[in-house]
Parts: sequence; structure tokens; C-alpha cells
Amino acid sequence: MPEWSGFTGADYDVGAHDGLGRAARGAEAVTVMISLRDVSKHFSSSAGNAVNNLSLDINEGELAVLVGPSGCGKTTTMRMINRLIEPTSGAIFVGGSDVMKQDPVMLRRGIGYVIQSVGLLPHRTIEQNIATVPSLLGWDDDRIRARVTELTALLDLDDELLRRYPGELSGGQRQRVGVARALAVDPPVMLMDEPFAAVDPIIRARLQDQFLEIQRRLKKTIVFVTHDIDEAIKLANRIAILNFGAKVEQYAPPEEILRAPASDFVSRFVGAERGLKRLALISVADVEIEPGPVVQRTGTQDEARRAMREAGSEWVVVLDRDKLLGWIDWWMMEGGRNVAAVEPREFAAIVTPGSSLRTALDIIVQSRTHIAVVVDGENRYQGIVTLDRLTAELRP
Amino acid sequence: MIAAGEPLIRWNWISGHGSDILARLGEHIELTVIAVAVGLLISFPLGVWAHRNRRVYAPVTWFAGFVYTIPSLALFVLLIPITGLTITTVEIGLVSYTLLILIRNIVAGLDEVPDDVKDSARGMGLTDRQILWRVEVPLALPVIIAGIRVATVSTIGLVTVGAFIGKGGLGQFILEGLQTFFNTEIILGAVLSVVLAFFAEAILLGFQRLLTPWVRASVGRSA
Repeated sequence: MPEWSGFTGADYDVGAHDGLGRAARGAEAVTVMISLRDVSKHFSSSAGNAVNNLSLDINEGELAVLVGPSGCGKTTTMRMINRLIEPTSGAIFVGGSDVMKQDPVMLRRGIGYVIQSVGLLPHRTIEQNIATVPSLLGWDDDRIRARVTELTALLDLDDELLRRYPGELSGGQRQRVGVARALAVDPPVMLMDEPFAAVDPIIRARLQDQFLEIQRRLKKTIVFVTHDIDEAIKLANRIAILNFGAKVEQYAPPEEILRAPASDFVSRFVGAERGLKRLALISVADVEIEPGPVVQRTGTQDEARRAMREAGSEWVVVLDRDKLLGWIDWWMMEGGRNVAAVEPREFAAIVTPGSSLRTALDIIVQSRTHIAVVVDGENRYQGIVTLDRLTAELRP
Repeated sequence: MIAAGEPLIRWNWISGHGSDILARLGEHIELTVIAVAVGLLISFPLGVWAHRNRRVYAPVTWFAGFVYTIPSLALFVLLIPITGLTITTVEIGLVSYTLLILIRNIVAGLDEVPDDVKDSARGMGLTDRQILWRVEVPLALPVIIAGIRVATVSTIGLVTVGAFIGKGGLGQFILEGLQTFFNTEIILGAVLSVVLAFFAEAILLGFQRLLTPWVRASVGRSA
């Protein structure tokens, strides 16, 4: 097995790559897990280089998505990492060691590998498929069985499927078995080539969600190839947008790519609705929530009117300590009544700090108001987001 | 061919020659099994070689095809000066005729193994040898065994020709019957050869099903 520990490669500050100051992940040092240095690949069948002088670093625990038009060299790039394709020149390091100096067979056993068509062995049961690499590494039966049980639970696979053959499974089940098989020996690095492309959109979305959840727990270093920019935006920590010859047009977190595309190629590739796609990536908690006009239920009419005047609004949020009760407006207090004497109305648009700005926008537009109230899971008032704030985010 | 004035079958002759029948049946089976087994031993490496190296395929199948077109009797006659009236002479002929069928099916079976399955196997760290034995050969089995079935049945038929040099299993009955105008022997030899061919086919088919359980499981789903 390749030795993963003890790697002291180039450490650098991820904050420097993080265009958004507010993401504020701080200056924690990260380790580069996969490093491509001036890598080129020339196929004798073609004129130019399939991959031309590519340099790319992928941090430990990071899910990096290589995305680009077909024929841009993204799959070739991925396949060079486990030496399914040998680079013509340049160097590739995984966990600090030069892959060209390792036995390719042992290298591959230490790297998870999933492809679009999954490539399950049709003549072996699901259990045997998942156990492929553990068996190659000579694990004993008890250890293999325990690991298979763990993985079926992790991927939410039915135990009964273990004795079936791949031909008896649905597309979605096969994809999950493919991921389970790649995770079998708990490799620190995984290569995934369009692993969810072969299933219908509804199942694909479900597989992506499940996969993201697993990745949040396992923190693998993953190189993920796709041609689908939406998939890239949804899954990636960083996206590398590749032009022909695997030329890196931009390598940045999805939010940054949508906010500040580095070239025309990138803008065209991410397509229309760039702003809306970006709103989906930002949560309400990430933006400044305005305090809004607020009055306590026990407040006087003067307090309520003062809060409205200060905020320049005709309504005010009514709270019972920190709990949201609703809103009242100027006219509901006619006749000098105190706040407690008026029954507050419910807000039509309510979001939580975890909601995306896209959801907030959606709720605001649908409720025909200009604001949404932010409350936490226990109905504690946090503030308001306004339509103006969201439109400002759309046009940075 | 049937001799006039002689009954088709004399049952008392058959019951009186039980041990002869068993011996010749045994010889027939032995000649067939050796021929197909040796044919497989020769065809397998050639088939794998031709599968991996396309330039080899044409000359290999050309040679096997050339041997296949030589009339069997002529081949025996050509071989007698070299190997004599022995079992070797018969086997050289029989083995030669299995090669074309077996090599073609081995190559076709290996060609049918999906590329993505081989790619994922390689990506998981199987060596070339492991990919051959654990992935390609098992998946090619249905086509390879189909080839073995055809080779076996045609060999069972060909063995009878070996009677001309005294090593023909059940063919011995047919030849003797023809020479002595004795219908019972002709029919006995012919019928037992056919029955043997059916049995061999059935056994190999069962063997194929046993070895490739995934084929039926998968078909069962899509049906």
C-alpha cells in the first residue's frame, strides 16, 4: 500500500484562493493531496496534445470537479492520476509520492475509482463486487464481511441485494454499489468519471445529495469529472473549468466562478442564470441580515411608531421576547391602542439562516412582498432580508 | 445401404454383444474428450493471443480454416506413414478439426467482454493476468462453451471415420456392418453416435448454466 502519512508537501493558505472575505475560513494550513506539475499527454492518433502543460493542486479532503466540453482532456487528466494513462511529460504526485515511481497496480488499489457505466463485474454478486479490492489485498473473510456490511449501511443499500448480480439491479442501485466498491478499502483519494451521468435526473439528484452527505462525513480527496456545470456547482469545493488541451480557464470555488468568471469561455460555459445559480450557493446567514423595525408585544404605541419611523416602513415586527409573533402596521393601531391590544398578522415570507438566497428570493416573489423574515429553528427572530439586498447580490 | 433380406435389427445380437458395445462407446467418448481437451489447450493461448493482437487473428484463423477444409479421410491417409495406425493419427485429425471452431469462439467471447468492465477492473488494481482469468474468461464462458459444444458434437461425428484405421469407437460397428451387410451393426453405430451427441450437448449445456449463473439471473430481470 502507498504510504499516505508523513506527507509534508507545499502548504498554503486556502484563504488566499477564497475570493470572498466573508467566507472567512481563516488561515488554516491545508495539505496538497494531489499535485499535477506541467503534465502533458500526447496521443499518437491526434495532432495536438490532449493535455497540454497542466498544473493543478487538489487539497486533502477537497472535492475538485474537472468540467469542460467533451474532448477537452478532463477524463485523460483524471486517468493519468492512477496511471490508466501514462503522461508524456510532467509529474504527478499523490500523497506526496511520484506516481511514476510506484507500481501502477498497487497505486490503483489505493485509489477509489468509479466510472460512468460503473463497470461492475457482471459475473460476480454485489457482495463480491464490493469486496473486489479487499480480496486483492488479501483481507480475511470476517474483515471483508464486516466492511461490506458497513458500506451497505453507508450507501443505504438493501442487504438482500448483496446476493444478486449487477444485471438484476436498477441503474441507481448500480451507481451506489459502484461508489461502495470504490470506498471498500477506505482510500484517501477517489477518482470519479461522470459517476451519476447514466441515470435519470430525479435519481441523479438523489444520488448527488446522498454522495455529498457521505463526503461531508468521510472527507475524501476527490477528483470528479463531469460535463454538467450544474452538477459541478452542486458538488464541488473547487471547480476547474477546462478548455481544449485541458487548459485551466479558471480554478475556484463555485461561488467565485459564478460571481467573477475569469474569461468569456467560463461565462459561456456556466451559461445564463449565472446569478440565480450563485444565489443557490449562498445562505441567508452568509449575508448581512437587517435588524428591521421591531417592537415588543408589551410595547406602547409610541415605541411602535418610533420603530417604523426609524426604519422608514409602515409596519413593525412584533416579538414576545425573542420569539416572532407577526407584524402590525400603522393603521391597525388607530385610536391610540398599545401593541398588546392588536392581533399581529403572520408573515407570508419566512426563511431560516440555512436557507439559500435562491430560496429566499423564491419565497419573497411568491408571497408578493419585498422582504422575508429570518427565524431560527425555534422561531427566534434573527432579522429580515430584503428584495433589494438580494438584487444587489445578483449584480455584484 | 441397408442390406436386403436381412432384418433391420437383430436384438439378440445386441444383447449378446453388450461388452463390445460398452467398450466401443467408451473408446468413442475417450477419443472425443481427448480431442476437444487437446484442441482447447491449443486454441486457448492462440485465441487469447489473437484477441490481444489483431494482426495475428487472420493468419491463425486462416491456418485453422485450411486444416478444417482437408477431408478427414485424406488427412488420416497422409498421417499413416508418419504416425501409423495409432490413436495418435486419429487424434491429430480430430484435434485439427476442433481448432477453427474453438479459436473463433474464444476470440468472439473475449471480444464481447465490455470495455468498461475491463477498465474498471484495471482501475481497481487487477493485474493483466487477473483481468484475463477473473474477468475476461468468465465473461467469455458462454460463447467459449458454445464453441466447445459445437466442437464436441462435430468430433463425435468425425470419430466414426477413424474406424478406417481401426480406431473409430462406434464407427467400428458402422464399418463392419457395411462390410458384412449386417444392418443391425450399422443402425446400432449410427443411433448410438447420435444419442451420444445429444447427451454431450445436454451435459455441456447444463455445465454452461452451472458456470454462468449470472446470465440467467440477469435475463430473468429484463424479461
